Amino acid sequence: MSFVLSCPVCGAREVTDFRYGGEIVARPDAGSSPSPRELNLYNYFRRNTAGVQREWWYHRSGCRSWFVAERDTRTNEVLSTTLPSEEGVR
Amino acid sequence: MSRLPPQPGERIDRSRAVTFSFDGRCVRGLEGDTIASALFASGQRVFSRSFKYHRPRGLLCCAGQCPNCLVAVDGAPGVRACTEPAREGMRVEHLNARPSLKWDALRVTDLLGGRLMPAGFYYKTFLRPRRLWPLYERVLRRAAGLGLAPASQDGRRRRADYRRRHADVLVVGGGPAGLCAALRARVLGADVVLVDEGAEPGGHLLVEGRSEQARSLAAEAHEAGVEILAPAAALGFFDGLVAVWHGDTLHQIRAAQHVAATGAIEQPLVFAGNDLPGVMLSSGARRLAALYALRPGHTAAVATATDQGLEAAVALLDVGVRIAAVADLRPAPDGRALRRLEAEGIPVLRGATVVCAEGRNAVRSATLARVDGDGRALEGSEIEVPCDLLVVSGGLSPATALLAQAGAKPAYEQAAGAFMSQGPLPAGVHAAGAVTGLHDDEAIELSGRVAGAEAAHAVGLGDAVSHARLERDATRLAELRPATPAGAVPPASAVSGKSKGKCFACLCEDVTTEEIRQSVEEGFDSIELSKRYTTVTMGPCQGRMCQLPAVRVMARETGLELAEVGTTTARPPWSAVPLGVLAGRPLQPAKRSSIHHRHRELGANVLWAGGWRRPYDYGDPRAEVMAVHEAAGVIDVSPLGKLLVRGPEAGAFLDRLYPNRLSTLGPGRIRYGILGSDAGRIMDDGTVCRLDEDAFYVTTTSSGAGAVDEWFSWWLADWCMDVQVTDVTEALSAVNLAGPRAREVLDGLTALECSNEAFGYLDARQGHVAGVPCLILRIGFVGELGYEIHFPSAFGQHMWDVLLQAGADAGIRPFGLEPQRLLRLQKLHVIVGQDTDSESNPYEAAMPWIVKLDKEDDFIGRWALEQASERELATGLVGFQTSDGVVPTEGAAVLVDGAPAGRVTSSRFSPKLGHVIGIAWVPAELARDGAGITIADNGHRLSATVTTKPFYDPDGTRLRS
Repeated sequence: MSFVLSCPVCGAREVTDFRYGGEIVARPDAGSSPSPRELNLYNYFRRNTAGVQREWWYHRSGCRSWFVAERDTRTNEVLSTTLPSEEGVR
Repeated sequence: MSRLPPQPGERIDRSRAVTFSFDGRCVRGLEGDTIASALFASGQRVFSRSFKYHRPRGLLCCAGQCPNCLVAVDGAPGVRACTEPAREGMRVEHLNARPSLKWDALRVTDLLGGRLMPAGFYYKTFLRPRRLWPLYERVLRRAAGLGLAPASQDGRRRRADYRRRHADVLVVGGGPAGLCAALRARVLGADVVLVDEGAEPGGHLLVEGRSEQARSLAAEAHEAGVEILAPAAALGFFDGLVAVWHGDTLHQIRAAQHVAATGAIEQPLVFAGNDLPGVMLSSGARRLAALYALRPGHTAAVATATDQGLEAAVALLDVGVRIAAVADLRPAPDGRALRRLEAEGIPVLRGATVVCAEGRNAVRSATLARVDGDGRALEGSEIEVPCDLLVVSGGLSPATALLAQAGAKPAYEQAAGAFMSQGPLPAGVHAAGAVTGLHDDEAIELSGRVAGAEAAHAVGLGDAVSHARLERDATRLAELRPATPAGAVPPASAVSGKSKGKCFACLCEDVTTEEIRQSVEEGFDSIELSKRYTTVTMGPCQGRMCQLPAVRVMARETGLELAEVGTTTARPPWSAVPLGVLAGRPLQPAKRSSIHHRHRELGANVLWAGGWRRPYDYGDPRAEVMAVHEAAGVIDVSPLGKLLVRGPEAGAFLDRLYPNRLSTLGPGRIRYGILGSDAGRIMDDGTVCRLDEDAFYVTTTSSGAGAVDEWFSWWLADWCMDVQVTDVTEALSAVNLAGPRAREVLDGLTALECSNEAFGYLDARQGHVAGVPCLILRIGFVGELGYEIHFPSAFGQHMWDVLLQAGADAGIRPFGLEPQRLLRLQKLHVIVGQDTDSESNPYEAAMPWIVKLDKEDDFIGRWALEQASERELATGLVGFQTSDGVVPTEGAAVLVDGAPAGRVTSSRFSPKLGHVIGIAWVPAELARDGAGITIADNGHRLSATVTTKPFYDPDGTRLRS
C-alpha cells in the first residue's frame, strides 16, 4: 500500500506519515441506551466498504491533527480531506 | 589473456590496474572492469555451479539478467559478477560448490539426476519418514541454494538508507528511448528522474559499440537537468510508487507520470547442453568485446532467430573471432550482415538452429541442423561444428514486468512470438522503445520523444507548439511501426537424434523441459501451477530468461496456443535485491531521560522499557526495596506520559473520557483514573491533578503516553470542545521520592509547607524545589509516603544530585524498575498491560469503585460498563501468596479441576513480607479472601491462597502518614 494523503494542515504527505484511524462509525446518541446488539455493532462491526468510505486519519509524524478523509478503498484514491467541523462527524 | 586493441567506447582504463582475489587467487583487472570481465580476462570460464545439478555455468548475458555469474563479495552472497565493478582488494568467492568450483562433488546429482530427480522430487522424496525431515532439511540446505547469508549482523557490509523523491516524470530504462523521453519531458519543463540498471545509460547502444552516441545522449539529458540514477534497479511498481535500488540507497520515487522504457531481453535458445560454459547470448558476447575489449572465444558457431545474431557474428568477426558456421532459423534471411558473412565465405544455414552442444566443462562442439516447425532436426541435415563459443539469439522478449505491475495486460503477439503489453496503458503510464516491440533506431528514439511529451503534457506543461509537434511525431511513429516481425519464433526446444543431455528452460532453478513435461503429465497443466511445482521463473532472473521458454514448453505439452497458456503474474521484485537494502538501517531509537547519565554513573543495569532505556536496578534490588520501606528512595519516572489539558471545558472533557468524576476535583487535588474504550475495556491508567479552574495535569503509563495523547485528541476532534491538549511528556522530567523519611528530605529543599496537614495524601503543590519550579504530586504507587516531583527536563541532573545529597543522612538510595515492581505488587497496584489485557474491564480488575454509573452525562464506555455491571462476573483479578518459596513464572496457569482457568500476571518474592506474592486472574468463585488455588508452572503444582487486600499496609496508613 502506498499513496499520498493531503493533511488539511500540512499538505500532501506520504501515507506512512499518518496513522489510520478506521472507518467512521456512528456512536449511539448520548443519553440513549443501546441494546447489547446495537452496542456490539458499534464497537465491533465494520462495513469494510469496497468503494468510497469516510475514515479517520491522524498526522502522527506531522501536526498531530485528526482529520476525515474520503478514500476509495479499491484504488486508494483520496477524494477529500477535511478537519472535523462543529457538527461532529460520527 | 591479452585484451583486444582499443575498442571505440570501451569502458576500461588501460593505464590503471585493479587487483582482487577470487577463491584466494589473485586476479588483475583494469579500472572499469566488472568482476566478470576481469575474471574472464584472466582465463576463468566457469563462474558458478548450478542450483540443483551443480553443473558448471559460464557467462551468458553479461548484463545482470541471468543467474550464471552469481558470486559472494566480501562475504555477501548473490552479487552478479557481470555488473559489479571490480574494486581493489575485494574478496570474491564462488557459491554453491564443494570442494571447489572446478571440481564439485555434488555434480553427481547431475549424472544421476534425470531419473532420481523428477519434477517435484523435493516434495515427493523427502516426505517419509517424517521424523527424518530435520536431517533432510540440513542436507538439502547445504546441497542446494545460492550461497549463505552472513551469520551475524557484524558481517553485514551494507547499511542502506532510503530516500523519498517526488517527481513529475519517472523514466525507467536509460536506452535511447528512455533518454529521449526524459530529455523531451525535461525540455518541456518537467522534473524528471531516469533510472537505468546498467553501469551507465545507453541500453543496446552500448552493446553495439555505439557507446559514444549513448554517452552524448546521456550527457545531453544530464545537462538539461534530468536526474539520472545508474546503476539503479527499479524493483517494483507499488500503487504509483517505484522502489529503486541504487547503491546504498533505496529510492522511493513517486512520480505523476511514468515512462516504461525497459527494453527487451534477448532470449536464449533451448537445446541439449544449452547451459554449457561457452554458450553466450549474442548481446553478452558483444558486450565483452565492445566494453571490455575481450575476445569471447576463438572459434564460434552462431544460432539465431533474428538479425541480431547475424550482426553479432559480424561484430565478432571484426574482433578476430573465427565464425565456423551460422544457423538462422528464418527460411530466407536477408540484409547487410548476412551479405557480409557470406562474402567472408561463412556457411549460413537457413531454417536451421542448434540442436545440441557438447563438451564436459565447456562447449567443444555444436550441432547445427535444419529443423521442422516443432524444432525436430531434418534427417541428414545435422553438421557438427567444433567451437569454443556458441553464440545464441532467440529473439527479443519485451520487458513488460513493470508495466504489468502497473496494471497493463501483456498478451501474446503471434507475429512477434513474444508477450507484449496490449491495449491502452493504465492512466499516467507510458511506454517507449523496444518494450513496445520497436527495433528500428528512428522509431525507438521517436517513441521516446512521444512518451516524454505525453507525460509532460499530462502534468500540464507544454504549449500549442509542443502539442503540434507531438501530433506530428505520433503520426510518423505509426508509419514506422514494423509491419513484419523481426525474426522467426524459436521452437520450445530443438532436438535431433544426436541430442543427449539436459535442455534447460530455466537456468536459475535448473528446470529442464523434461521436468515441465512431467509436471504437465502430473496435472500441473497451468503455467501458474507448473511454476509453483517446478519453480520455473522463480529464481534470481525473475523470468527474464525462462518465462518465454517455459510458456513455449507448456504450450507444446498441453497443446494449447501460447496466448492461452499466458504468463505468470508479474510481481515485485523485478530485480534481485539484498534484504538489507529493503530493511534499511537496524535502528531502534532509544529515549533516555535527562537523568540517564547519572544512572550510568551509579552503575545501573539499564534495560529497554517501551521505547525508553531505564534503570532496572542499581545492583542490589533488595536493598533498594528496603531503603524505600525504611528510609527513602528516589526513582526516575520521567518516561511517565504527561498531558496538560486546558480550557473552559477541560473538566467536562475529562468527565466524558474517564468513568469517574474529575470535574468535581478541587484545585490542588489528585484522583486516580482509568481510561477505557467504548467497549468498557481498560486502556491505560494514571493520575489526574487539577492545577486550577481550567487546567488539569494528566499522567499516563510510560508505554501508553503516545496512545493516550492520540486518544484524547481524537475525541476532541470529534466533540470540538473548548479544550487544548498538550503533550509535555518529554518537556518535563519526574522523580518519585518515597519512603518514611521522604518528607524530611523534601522539607530541606523547599519553602513549601510539607507537613501532613498542609500537604496531605493526594494533594498537589506548585513551588520551588532546589530552586527549580516544580509540580509535586503526593501519591503512593510504591506504598510509602511519596512525592512525585515534576519539573522542566533541563534540570534533571541537578534535581537528582540535590535529592541524593540532601537525603544522604537519611539513607536515601536510588531505586530502579525492578524494586518499584515489587513495591507496587505488595500494594496490589496493577500495571495496565501486565496485569490487565485488552479484554479486562474495571469490574473484573477489582476496581468497581472507579466506575461512576450515576454520573449525569455520557462518558466513554458507559453503556458497556452498565451492561457489565449487570452481568455476573466470570473472572476476577486477585492477589495470592504461597508459602513454599517458589516464585511461579508470570504467565503460569491457574488450575481448576486440573484444567487451566486463569493465569498468574505478576509474581515476586517479597523480602519485607518474607514470602512469595503475586497477582492472578482466577474464576470469580475463587476471587475471595482465603480461597485456595493451584498454579501449574513448568510441570510443578503450587498451592496458593487468594487475598483481595494489599499485602502491605492494607489500610494505607503509611501512605497517608
